[in-house]
Order: sequence, then structure tokens, then C-alpha cells
Amino acid sequence: MPEFALIGRARPRVDAAGKVTGTTRYADDLALPGQLWCKLVRSPLPHARIVRIDPAPALALEGVAAVLTGGDLQTTYGILPVSQDEQALCADTVRYVGDPVAAVAAVDEATAARAAALIVVEYEPLSAVLSIEDAMQPAAEPIHGGGNVQKAVALEFGDVAQGLREAAYQRDDLFFYDGSTHLAMEEHAVLASFAPDGILTLWSSTQTPHYLHRVLSKVLGMPMSRIRVIATPVGGGFGGKSDVLNHELVAAALARATGHPVKCVLTREEVFYAHRGRHPTVIWIRTGWGRDGRVTALHLRTWLDGGAYGSYGVATTYYTGALAPLTYRIPHYRFEGLRVFTNKPACGPKRGHGTPQPRFALECHLDKVAEDLGFDPVELRRRNLVAPFSPTVNWLRVTSCGLAECIDRVVAASGFAQKHRHLPPGRGVGFAVSGYLSGAGLPVYWNDLPHSEVHLTVDRGGRVCVFSGAIDIGQGSDSILIAVVAEVLGLQPEDIQLVTADTALTPVDLGSYSSRVTFMAGNAAVQAAQRMRALIARAVAPRLGVPPEEVRFADGHVAAAGDGARRLRWQEACTVAEAVHGTLSASGAYTPPKLAGPYKGSGVGPSAAYSFSACVAEVAVDEETGEVQVEKVWLAHDIGRALNPLLVAGQVEGSVYMAVGEALFERQGYRRGVHAGPSMLEYKSPTMYEMPAVETILVESIDPEGPFGAKECGQGPLLPVVPAIANAIYDAVGVRVDEVPATPDKLLRALTRAKGGPARIGPTAAPPAAFGPVTKVRRPEDEDAAAAGI
Amino acid sequence: MLRLPAFRYISPRTLTEATARLAEGGPDTAAIAGGTDLLPHMKRRQRCPTVLVGLRHLPELQGIRGTPDQGLTIGAGCTLAEVTQHPGIREAYPALAWAAGMVATATVRQMGTIGGNLCIETRCTCFDLPLHTRDALGHCFKDGGALCLVAPRSPRCWAIASSDAAPLLIAIGAQVRLVSAAGERAISLRDLYRDDGLRPLALQPGEVLTEILLPPADGRRAAYRKVRRRGTIDFPVLGVAVAARFAPDGTVKDASVVLGAVASAPLVVPEAARLLEGSRLDPETVRAAAVAATRSARPLENTDLAAAWRKHLVRVTVERALREMAHA
Repeated sequence: MPEFALIGRARPRVDAAGKVTGTTRYADDLALPGQLWCKLVRSPLPHARIVRIDPAPALALEGVAAVLTGGDLQTTYGILPVSQDEQALCADTVRYVGDPVAAVAAVDEATAARAAALIVVEYEPLSAVLSIEDAMQPAAEPIHGGGNVQKAVALEFGDVAQGLREAAYQRDDLFFYDGSTHLAMEEHAVLASFAPDGILTLWSSTQTPHYLHRVLSKVLGMPMSRIRVIATPVGGGFGGKSDVLNHELVAAALARATGHPVKCVLTREEVFYAHRGRHPTVIWIRTGWGRDGRVTALHLRTWLDGGAYGSYGVATTYYTGALAPLTYRIPHYRFEGLRVFTNKPACGPKRGHGTPQPRFALECHLDKVAEDLGFDPVELRRRNLVAPFSPTVNWLRVTSCGLAECIDRVVAASGFAQKHRHLPPGRGVGFAVSGYLSGAGLPVYWNDLPHSEVHLTVDRGGRVCVFSGAIDIGQGSDSILIAVVAEVLGLQPEDIQLVTADTALTPVDLGSYSSRVTFMAGNAAVQAAQRMRALIARAVAPRLGVPPEEVRFADGHVAAAGDGARRLRWQEACTVAEAVHGTLSASGAYTPPKLAGPYKGSGVGPSAAYSFSACVAEVAVDEETGEVQVEKVWLAHDIGRALNPLLVAGQVEGSVYMAVGEALFERQGYRRGVHAGPSMLEYKSPTMYEMPAVETILVESIDPEGPFGAKECGQGPLLPVVPAIANAIYDAVGVRVDEVPATPDKLLRALTRAKGGPARIGPTAAPPAAFGPVTKVRRPEDEDAAAAGI
Repeated sequence: MLRLPAFRYISPRTLTEATARLAEGGPDTAAIAGGTDLLPHMKRRQRCPTVLVGLRHLPELQGIRGTPDQGLTIGAGCTLAEVTQHPGIREAYPALAWAAGMVATATVRQMGTIGGNLCIETRCTCFDLPLHTRDALGHCFKDGGALCLVAPRSPRCWAIASSDAAPLLIAIGAQVRLVSAAGERAISLRDLYRDDGLRPLALQPGEVLTEILLPPADGRRAAYRKVRRRGTIDFPVLGVAVAARFAPDGTVKDASVVLGAVASAPLVVPEAARLLEGSRLDPETVRAAAVAATRSARPLENTDLAAAWRKHLVRVTVERALREMAHA
């Protein structure tokens, strides 16, 4: 008999029918009587002081209800407490092309757009800072006052100099990972409405309704208790809807100013300017090695181009260092990173959040080391793998770890050993591994409360309702919450309904970011269901003539263990229980363990569990044109346990798709601070023609802390794909890809040069190493040694 | 979502009525067939005609007539999908079916017409942007401004010819029929184009492209290769059309090589064609012709991918197109 009725079975998503028949109601599908439309007036300059705004011509237009400018919404905000640097509408200074300075509410969208175009804004241009190097010039125009280096970090675990002294060989490399955007299909939309009693209800396509709730309260100057935030089904997030964005605050303020509901839907162009995507990042790596192929030290430096605002960027900066050592035993590690402000749309979290860039660099670097030392690239990694249930050098607590099995299976399935260096010219295979967190260990603002809470009720018909603050952004969280509750209660998914992401009705979930929902909301849902089961077991046990511990829940029945004939239908059991207990309700909550290491900045990186991935990519490179076709990707992912293998495979395939885009195609590019092509046509995201075949291999390490042993799968699988493709290109044509995207024009230049000298695409000089003094941190092994009196 | 500006739509029943409406309409009146090029331009406020005269359902613009021996006549209002799927075209002019099938996406080809593809706007990375971005970048010649943002010292617009059908149809010697209220004329398709990104078509005001006249198939072989970033959706960053007829001994009798997306008009390369004539498309001749084509192509940094790469791709792609034609 299988261990579980639902868990582990491939099942279609619970929201599939609504999605494919067009009945799902996204934020843009909502409308209220008397609704006004909002349009934002955005800066055409990358950096300027606002001299004067004249809304009079807009207000004179028939159908215009209100105009707001920066003076009306002065309170600064930001997603991180340390980065309260945004205003809903800029009051004094615009910092990127697209920064909003005014907003109109009018009777319809066309009138709002006409009125927005009539608002006169006079600017005094400031010199624009457009690159990391520019930002670090002492004379650069400050974007937020002070220098343009927003954050600099320097941490050393152990002694890298000593590790390098012990090394028989060392090598350093320089990389660049360009910026890209999320390109969710759904453009951001919001609808804000005040009830006559003064309560604001705001529907938004957001990944983080709870954080939006807090920021609305701050910026509008209203208590949270007077605000209700409802996250609508999100048509793709990938991190792009996890910041609070201007239009959400402005729509609420306009609704308050006019007394009418106000709707705002961003255009695709505006979405490109809202951004919060992948940070363009320069990465420098130095490692030392023993002759045995073991690493003796890792020194990693990152420079992040942050764009105009903080967003999650301080966390992103730490993330570029935090997860790099996750996959390997590193004796000594130094991480130095900095983030600069530039006059471009703000970067933020995109799938993988600060970790794809160093992972790309590290895995490409390791292939070079392997070649130099004469090791097979797989073997080199195997010699240095992190052990299950061990701490990393930077105090991450690794628990379950199926990385070795991931490697074995992906290498076997792909035939890597037979193919590597043996395919005909123009064809190649590449290998890489990675790890990622199952939810951030800390919330974005300090508190001691649970990260996820779930509440359950049962109606007289026996239908269970799950109340959760989690929002399904396409990752399948609705399906997972329903499945785990159904599993615990012995029901079918059809027996469960779900109310999600409504701050008035559902308990808190911190949001759909950092791969946390299955793990955290899943654990909270399991706990709530177990408590519900206990309530019912207590009530029906006398009827069944067994103690409560011997009551079993399966197949829609509640039965005595060992005697299937003594049983009640689920609905009857609920009726019995309601008669005993009154209203049937139960709650569960999850708080990740406190795992931060003994140093400042240790809040970024800890997680209750880590997923691991290994990837092989096979490519065909046209040596005459530099065009690359990724033929196939094999990806083995340590998922802990696959609660629904179909959804996991979907996440893996989506990750591969996004990685192919970042490796070969996509770039959030600018000309003089102006977006180079803010449209679906000009932004070159791959199509089905560029999508490789994907073979997903699921490795189950059954994590002790995950719900039913599950870990994350939404982000981790992206990480190894980019370096695997880069390594495969080298195997195919001998060009080192030290920069992505590896577009055909760049590759062809390198191929043409290849006849003469070293064939490589990548940066040649690093920005200044202005990371500040290094903080020395003792390692877990130092702690152990101290404890043992050594 | 981008919204269309307000406009009046006129649906004439005959070509005569359509040309009359266009003649009386003036500069704010535009002809529309499939709308897959015009409507996105209107949404981006690159063009804001106040009156649109619908051509799509005019009987005079419909249908594919004739025989390969006499030459086929294609109504300009035929969709690209019809051209791609038409048995006579696939049989006698397979490269045309292929080129038409390279345009945009399958969905767009169900709406977009062959005549529309021949008349599409020239394109440029500084022009094909949404409105706010153009406001920020500055308005170029094509956008009502007074300079070219790609070549600021140049007195002209360098936007590029982006039709996939045009290079191939020019290579096989197609003509087009143009009809206006004042009368009609048939000209070689090549003469429809002017090397001017701002005014790329030699259409008189109010003139409508009604038919494409293919010459007799006559054993002519042809090939079209499209270079773009992705396998669908994208406009060409280079198009290469080649065509030739062969003498009984297998030598090339007459040839033509036409490049798309390297200039404001399809670029005919007679030097390359001359090299091919009399040859058997041997590798040396093919290489020499490709090099000649590369010499005449001067792409600028005004579409996707680096100009130097696109120029290099001329040689590679002409060679590949000629090899494909040799084996067709």
C-alpha cells in the first residue's frame, strides 16, 4: 500500500480549468461601479530636479477627477527597513527614466492618458550615473545624497591568505552577468476602493500582500486595521511583484482623494520601467587548490548595479556571497560585495535572487580549474561536495542533501562522460551544480511572529475551507495547500476549498518569494490539518470504540485502526465533532528555526532546508555565425520529496526556460539611460523554438523539516543551467563564456579571435575594490575546535 | 495594454470606391488591410491617421490566379498564410511560400497580407519604441523630429526595409499593380522601393497596391534565408533572397541576389549576380558572390545584434542561400 494517498502523485493544478478557460479573474478583470482610471506621469530624464509641476491643464480637462503630485505623498518607503528611499510620486528629484512624478484619475483610461500628457513638468537635468564604474567615481552626482555605493560588505571566514599559501595552484577569473527582467505575462494591475466607513480595500497583482498592507499603512498614514489588501491571482511574478510599487500607493491615494474606486493597469512599457529584475553583476573569483583537487580557499567579489532605488538590494548583495559556498566544503572563504545606485530602473529580486550571478561564475571557474589540473569537471566537484547535515564555512546549516545523487543521475542520464570532449566540432556538453534555500530564515522586517499561518474550518456539509495568506503566482501554491490538507484529513482535493491572500480573512503569510510557500505555508497547513484531525478523532473515538490515537482518516472516512468496518463518513464525523466541540476550526503556524551565524549580515542565507541541483546541457554552436541552440537540458533536483511531481517538473522546465533566456538572449539594456526596447518584441526572451528538451530527474532526500519532507523547486533549478550552457559552449567551440548573455555577435567575435589568441567573451577589468575593512568571522569548525579545547 | 487612438473606419465595397476615398482623404487617411503593421504603429502613436480605408475584403485584392507557365497573379489582400499554403505557389514558387511563412508568427500570418508585407514600415531601434521611451530618447526624422538618432550627422533616415517577401519577389522578378483614382500602372517591385527610411515606398498619394504579378516559373530556382534572433516573431536583421535560371548544361543563365534589412530598401546586388552567371555554383564562385554581396551591404547599429555581425552574416547567409538553391 502506498505511503500516501495524494502526496507524490502527479495531479493537475487545482486552478488549471480557470486558467485555460479564461475564467480566472486577474486584477485587470476587476471593475467597480463609478471606477476611475489612473495614469502616471513619468520622467523622461534619467536624473533631474523637479522645478515645477503644473497640473492645471489636466484638471481643466473634462472627466478629470484629481491630480496628485509628489507633494501629496511625501512619506518615504521601501521593502527593506534599511532602504526607505522611495516616494510614491517623486517630490524633488527623479532618478530614472520612468520615475513617476504625478498621477491623474479620470473617468476612463483614454481621458486619464490625455490628461497625463497635459501636465507640465519642468526639470533641471542632473548628470546621469549609468554604470558601476561611473557610480564609483568620487565626482559622480549623488543619487540619494552621500556616495553612490549603497552597501559594501566584506566578510572573511577563516583565513583566505593562509588557504592560498597552502595551495599548490591558484587561479582567478572575472565574469559579468547582465541584467534581465522577469517578463511576467500579466502586467501589474491594482484596484483601490474606499467604503463609506473609510475602510480601504485594495486588490493587486502582488506577490507580497502582507508587506503591501504595511507600506500602504505607512504611506497613507492609515492604521493597518483600516486597510484590507487582497492579492488577486498573479499571472507570473518571478520576483517582479514582490516590491510595493508606485501605482499601488497612488491608486489608493487617488481613491481617497476622489471618493471613487481607482484602477491602474501598467502598460508593458511601464512594467519594464518598474523592473526590480536581475542586477547586472561583475564577479571576480580566486580559488586555491591542493594537488588532490581539493579547494583550499575561495575569495569572491561582486559588484552589483542596483539602479535608482534600494529595493531588496541590500539582501541581494549579501545573497551574492551567502549561497556560493553552499555546495562545497570551503576551508577559508572571503566575500566582498557592493551595490551601487545608478540612474536606471531599480533592480531587485528575480528568480534566484542574487545567486545566479556568482553561481554562474563559480561553476565556470571550476571548469577552468578542472582543465588546468587535469581533472574531469564532475570529479573535481565530487571531491569537494558539501556533506549532508553539516555546516558550511559561512554558518549555513545544511540538512538533507541529495547533491551527490543528483550528480550521479544527471551524469548517467545525459551520457556526460561519453560526450564531454568527444562530440564533433560545434557540439558540446557542460555541467554545473547549485543549491538554493527553502524560504528565507528571516522576514524583511524584524519580528518574532510566524512566517506562515493557516486556518481551517469545516462547514455542515463537511467541506473544509483553508484560509491562507499565500498567493499563487503560478508556482502552484494553491494546489499544494489543498493537497497537504486533503492528505492529512484523508479527503480528496475536491473536498477542500481555499481562501487566500486577503488580509481581512486570512492569517499572515509573508509572501510568495524566496521559495518559501510550500515549505512554510505547507508546514503551517499540515499542522492545522493535524490539529483538526485531533479534534475530530477525540470526538468520534468513543463512537468507534477506540482511543483517539487509533482513529484513522482515509478515503473520506474516519475509521477505527485495524477495523475498516467501524467507520463514519467524513461528514458524519464532522457533525459528531461539531456537537462535541462547537465550531470546528483549527490553526497552524510555521516559524523557521533561528539559524543566523555569529556575524552582521548572517540573516541572509540561513534557511531551514536547502535544495540542490545538478545540470548537464548539450548545445550546438554554429561556428560560422556564433548562434547557439541548446539541444537538451538534463536537470536533477533534490526536492526533498515531490509533493506533486507534475508541478515540480513544471517549475524545473520554467527555470530552464528562464535560464536559457539569461544565458543566451535577454538583456535589460539602456541607451543613455533610456530602455533599449521595452516591449515583448524587442526584449528577446526565448520562444518555443529556442526551448530545449528538458529531462527532469527528481531526487528525494526527505528533509526532516519540510512538509512530508519537501523542499523548494521554484528557483534553485535555474541556477546550474546558465553555467552548464556556458561550459557546454566551451566544450563545443573552445570559447570561454565569462559573460552572459552569450549573444551570437559576441560569440562570433570570440570565435574569429580564436585563431589568434585566447578565445573568451567577458570583462577585462574589475571596478574598484572599495569594499571597506574586512570583518573576520570564526568558522563553525573553529567553534568546534574551541569547544574541544584544541 | 496599449490602446488605439480614435479613428473612423471606412469599408468601401469596390476598389474604385476605395481609391476615391483615399484620394479625397489626404494625409490623415491611411489604407488598412490586415492591420498587423499599421495598428501597432497606431498603438505606439507612431502614426495617428484619423480615417482608415479598409482594403482587405475588396474582391479586386483577393485570390491567386493564373498558371506557373504564364505566371501567377496574387491578390495583395491574400493573407500570408494563404500564400504560404497555396498549392500552386508551393509547387512552382516554393521559396515564396517559404519567405511568406517566415513573417512574424502563425497568428499574424492569418491576418497580415502579402501586399501589407511589401508595404511595411521601415524599422529602427530608435523608432520602434513605445511613446514615453521615444519622448525620453528624442524624436527622430521618422517621428517628427529633425535628426537621425542612429547617425546624428546624417541628413536622412536610415530605418531599414523589413519585409521578408520583398527580397524574394524582387529576386524572381515580380511586378506589382498599383491603382489610384487617376489610373493604374504595373511596375517592377524593385521600383516600388526608395532608399529612404522616411519615405520608403514610391507610391503616389492614394495609390493602392492591388496585385503581385509573378513571372512564369520557367525553371527558375530560388531560396530565401532569414536571419533573426529567435525562430519566430522577430523581423529580419538580414534577409537573403537568391534566384537563378539554368541553361540545359547546368550553368547559371541569369541570377539575382537581393538583401533585406541592410538598407532602407531591399538591396539588389548585381555584382554578385554577374559572378554567378555562367557558373555551376561551384564553391569558389559562391564564395566570391557572397563576398561581393557583403561588400555592398552597410548595415548600421539600428536593429537587433551588432552591425558588424550582420555584415559578416551576409557572406555566410548568401553562401548558404546559394547552396540551398543549388540543391533545390
